[in-house]
Amino acid sequence: MSRAGRLFWCPEVDTMTKVMDADEIRRALTRIAHEIIERNKGAQNLVIIGVQSRGVPMAKRLASLLEKIEGVDVPVGSLNVALYRDDYATRSARTISASEIPFDVTDKSVILVDEVLFTGRTTRAALDAIMDLGRPSVIQLAVLIDRGHKELPVKADYVGKNLPTALKESVDVYWVETRGEDAVMISKGD
Amino acid sequence: MTKLTRKDILGLQDMSTDEIYLILETAQSHKEILGRPVKKVPILRGKSICTLFYENSTRTRTSFELAAKIMSADTTSISVAGSSINKGESFKDTLLTLEAMGVDLFVIRHGAGGAPHFAARTVKSHIINAGDGMHEHPTQGLLDMLTILENKGKFDGLKVLVVGDIMHSRVARSNLWGLSKMGAEVRLCGPSTLLPAEIEQLPVKVYTDLDDAIDGVDVVNVLRIQLERMNRGFFPSVIEYASMFGVNKTRLMKAKSDVLVLHPGPMNRGIEITPDVADGDFAVITDQVTNGVAVRMALLYLLLGGGGNVVSD
Repeated sequence: MSRAGRLFWCPEVDTMTKVMDADEIRRALTRIAHEIIERNKGAQNLVIIGVQSRGVPMAKRLASLLEKIEGVDVPVGSLNVALYRDDYATRSARTISASEIPFDVTDKSVILVDEVLFTGRTTRAALDAIMDLGRPSVIQLAVLIDRGHKELPVKADYVGKNLPTALKESVDVYWVETRGEDAVMISKGD
Repeated sequence: MTKLTRKDILGLQDMSTDEIYLILETAQSHKEILGRPVKKVPILRGKSICTLFYENSTRTRTSFELAAKIMSADTTSISVAGSSINKGESFKDTLLTLEAMGVDLFVIRHGAGGAPHFAARTVKSHIINAGDGMHEHPTQGLLDMLTILENKGKFDGLKVLVVGDIMHSRVARSNLWGLSKMGAEVRLCGPSTLLPAEIEQLPVKVYTDLDDAIDGVDVVNVLRIQLERMNRGFFPSVIEYASMFGVNKTRLMKAKSDVLVLHPGPMNRGIEITPDVADGDFAVITDQVTNGVAVRMALLYLLLGGGGNVVSD
């Protein structure tokens, strides 16, 4: 469980605040989809890659919005970055799912999707992983939440919501597909 | 279960079903890397792995080295020939010397059963048993299990026959511990001279007639006849062994129609397995080799992947 997500949440001792509901998430994703189309002058050469695990539902939502807006079927892949992280020596090894990238990324405009941008280390790992798969013409980063505290020079191209947080706080994104509702929650931590 | 807490991989006898599933799931996810144009991930950069083989090996050693290199670890190979072992250096001193050079993980093959267990008590580095005497060969057992799981989707209720020189086979032992633990029915078949004493105490069904043993099985794992051991009168002749215990197409008809044929290699074609079976539709022998790399990648990842929690995003 990442620090971006909640560790050991217990309703009796933890106060969760909803900072985005389903409608706000829908609007943010719709805006991001329009921004992607505007910046890339359409959706013809796009592929979308979601960072496992919670970037994947967002990637699929964006693909479906792009299809609705532009009528273009944008391929979606999922990327596991566990083997590219820089903190394996201090991190628990855990079960990982295989990456599924059923297309060639070479010369494509890749939209890399993750739910929360925090330290930037996951994004760095994802960039390395994508580079091992081919040579995209461009990689752009889309996140639902930018919570600050970056440790690397990483900046998202598309942001659903900028959410200033304290380091000890946790930001947790819920997706209907995996957890039954769309919501962004913030908890105070200890 | 999401992480492996043990320091060493010494055998499947003392491994829990959760640990086995964790290793197999991790191996399945690592297989995707083997199909990439760039077969390299940086996860074990800076880690040092030593393969220490006191017995001959081609596929096990190569497979471990490839797995380590794919994951960006540095590998060192020590074989008995040309090393200080020939000057009389003890196993313990060899281990301590190499550990002092910064080896994080040893892959050990040794003719003496229990040698990797001794190594695990001697050094702080991780140990993976790559075959110890007639005891166990856990990574072979795991890759056999991964091959079966990929093709059958389950272990529970499967009938798995292991046929050949059971007595001398560490592969047979790792297979029987791993598969029986996961709910498969394990059958062992071989000449009575090549069945170990007190075999009835193991969780297996024992046969000395291959035609009976093969009836209705889902998987046949054919063991190599170790010709180097066969000068001790275990059976009258290789020809007789081939006729009584060789797996051929006619015998295979008695197994299930979707039977899998496994062989740990190297094969003695025409002795324990006929070429038409070895190269036939039911054989998954090359899949086993691929799965061997994936299983070893998984073990290196799970053992050297660190411990404790860390921040991430």
